[in-house]
Amino acid sequence: MIYAITAIAILISIALALARAIIGPTSYDRILSANAIGTKTVLLIGVMGFLAGRPDFLDLALVYALVNFIGTLAVLKYFKFGTLRGTLSKPADNS
Amino acid sequence: MDLILDIATWVLLLAGSILLIITGFGLLRLPDLYTRIHAGGMADTLATFLIFVGLSLQSGLSLVSVKLLLVIVFIFFTSPTASYALAQAGFVAGLKPKLDGFGAREQPKEDA
Amino acid sequence: MLKTISLFLVLMAVWLLLSGHYTPLITGFGVASCLLSALIAYRMDVIDHESHPIYLGPRIIFYWGWLFGEIFKANVDVAKCVLFPKQFLRPSLFTVTASQKSDLGRVIYANSITLTPGTVTVDLDDDQIMVHSLTEDSADGVKSGDMDRRVTQVMKET
Repeated sequence: MIYAITAIAILISIALALARAIIGPTSYDRILSANAIGTKTVLLIGVMGFLAGRPDFLDLALVYALVNFIGTLAVLKYFKFGTLRGTLSKPADNS
Repeated sequence: MDLILDIATWVLLLAGSILLIITGFGLLRLPDLYTRIHAGGMADTLATFLIFVGLSLQSGLSLVSVKLLLVIVFIFFTSPTASYALAQAGFVAGLKPKLDGFGAREQPKEDA
Repeated sequence: MLKTISLFLVLMAVWLLLSGHYTPLITGFGVASCLLSALIAYRMDVIDHESHPIYLGPRIIFYWGWLFGEIFKANVDVAKCVLFPKQFLRPSLFTVTASQKSDLGRVIYANSITLTPGTVTVDLDDDQIMVHSLTEDSADGVKSGDMDRRVTQVMKET
């Protein structure tokens, strides 16, 4: 019962974040919404695992948390430098 | 004993749900990018903690609760890095924060 | 070498916790893969004191406890601010000086600022940290330097 309520609350929250992603004036707002939706999806996977009585779903939640983080950083790096290749901002520091 | 655990789970999950909905409203109604990052950070920290601790009370002391704890630790380590990268990227791209507050005396300096 | 061994032990602990299958064959695979990972990390020379900060020891656990209390208070603050923006919303941007010497200490400090809702690190330049804060209370919390002192204490100015 409480799992269903929590899942519905998470879904409402995801819908609100999605609205921000649609109307967001800059692309950074959209990335922020995507990141927030990813975090909420991790929560949703965990709650759904308990709702279905199969806590094995937590492995998926763990992997999703990592993929969400890497994905956000990759998109931001692409926006900042225009490419995913090469070193970060100050190439003189390393080497 | 089971009843106490159930009540604790109810309280924790309900608090987490309310916090999540507040986060969604915050994402919609706060005025600019930097303030929205604060609202997103709220879902990353306390809401995650409350919901997963509530779930781990139900699973008891087992591998499942250890996995729940690992998810919390991962999110707590990665979410500030993502927020910082987002704020930094927005700042470098020249997005000005809306400052109507008391600290407007220090204007943001432009550095590439 | 000591760091490689401790990396192997950490990998092994994580593997055992995540796997859940303890037959000899599967556990043998786990030991072999952890050993291989530790060996590759040793050969690539990627384990230094930053990627494996085991010397911080138990002090950082106490720091996390304190930080969690701060996160709780800050969350209530931000939730109030979202619900009643006219009354509480006072965004500001200011610069604080980090007193830590090492990069790791500064990263811990900046990440702690970001992890606390209500304050976000916008720019980190040597020891100047630019912070965006949501309300007056959260701004005062960073400006008072309490967190800065605690991080320096955890690092023991290494």
